[in-house]
Amino acid sequence: MKKELTYMDRVHRWGIAWNLSVMVILLMFPVAVGLIFGAAPDLNGLLMGLLATAPMYWAVGVIETITFIPMLGAGGSYLSFVTGNISNLKLPCAINALEQADVKANSEEGEVVSTIAIAVSSIVTTVIILFGVLLITPLTPVLEAPVLAPAFAQILPALFGGLGVAFISKNWRIAIAPVALMLILFIAIPALNSSTVGIMVPVSVLFTLGVSRILYKKGLLDREGQA
Amino acid sequence: MPFSVNSPILFLLAGICIAAVLAQSVFFLAKAWKRGREIGMDKAKLRQIAVTAGVFTIAPAVAIVVSVITLSKDLGVALPWLRLSVVGSLSYETIAAANSLSAMGLTFGQTGGLTASQFVTVASVMTLSIMVGIWLVPVICKRMQKGVVNLETRDRRWADIFSSAMFIGMISAFVGYVFCDVSTIFHGSAVGLIPVCVMAVSAFIMIACGLLMKKTGARWLNDYALPISLVLGMASAIPITNWLS
Repeated sequence: MKKELTYMDRVHRWGIAWNLSVMVILLMFPVAVGLIFGAAPDLNGLLMGLLATAPMYWAVGVIETITFIPMLGAGGSYLSFVTGNISNLKLPCAINALEQADVKANSEEGEVVSTIAIAVSSIVTTVIILFGVLLITPLTPVLEAPVLAPAFAQILPALFGGLGVAFISKNWRIAIAPVALMLILFIAIPALNSSTVGIMVPVSVLFTLGVSRILYKKGLLDREGQA
Repeated sequence: MPFSVNSPILFLLAGICIAAVLAQSVFFLAKAWKRGREIGMDKAKLRQIAVTAGVFTIAPAVAIVVSVITLSKDLGVALPWLRLSVVGSLSYETIAAANSLSAMGLTFGQTGGLTASQFVTVASVMTLSIMVGIWLVPVICKRMQKGVVNLETRDRRWADIFSSAMFIGMISAFVGYVFCDVSTIFHGSAVGLIPVCVMAVSAFIMIACGLLMKKTGARWLNDYALPISLVLGMASAIPITNWLS
């Protein structure tokens, strides 16, 4: 008798089919441009460009994938790694939706909620960028106005101020050590900045998991305010 | 066919790729919505989650449009439109484009019209260098999710803490990042305090929304607290920057 697939099994089946198809479509873009215009890539430029870019982003990509999958859920992971802007948009959006719906990330309700939040966020982003592209001529002087530049430059602090309060206040005992460690590291090491924050996310996550495990084993996370 | 970085055919090709990604989002949204209803989740609750996610996305998405404009000066509009609608971000795309242009003896910001060959090279480097997540998720996601389920079965309480700890770890890294330039105050400049002040404003607004909600019982404040704190935090950056620069 054929085993009936669960919802999660189907999510994985759909995700594999979609992600691999989209990957092929994205790879076809430069190929199609080359064929249409009869242009081959500059082999030296391609090789040197890849050597200068790919190793770091592949390494970061592997670490980010492993780190973010448990937080994004299955459907959210398949979508987020195609649509991008994970730590600055999709993940905060999913976290906020889970908080708002008051469901656990690792439940089936959590899977549904994070997938809906990430899918809607992806659709809205795509539509807004489309409008931006269609209206690029009138929008450019407005969006590039010097007066607005600080607002767009400070999007991450504005995002994590609100999100931090909401989440840290509910899990303050878990949060003390990683927040303190990250503050010390980011203030003391000049090399840590907006380019390297992505690398520090897995470091911070691993450290927080370690601290939480110790607190849990010592019985310090059984009362309100601790996860 | 003569090549231009803003050739209509490039928009058509980019549009096809973006339509595929959009279709994936719509597909997953429909399936998750249906599953939510099947397991008894309230329709109004699901709608509220979707609306809040949409509202929350507006400001960051407008910032992405600004990135498209920034990159379009060198690469035309079609390629940045595609790259920033799918995997990627301004910092990654800029680095990938700058590295490939530099390898061809060009300087990002001063290219003055690419040839078809140069364009194909830049597009290839941008595409290939960030492809890991797209194929790695199908390879490991099922196994990792199984691990999370096993954890849940073995120790439910620890599984909940594990999940919260991951979120806290991610948020802590970004809280640390906000403080990365505060040492500028030792060199006579307060510029490094701008992100700290913006974060404080955003946090204060979030707390104010929570208190107001408790006082008035206005449920919408809870739903929109994060988008409100995000937009007002961003808006506060304008006077704060003028003050501390």
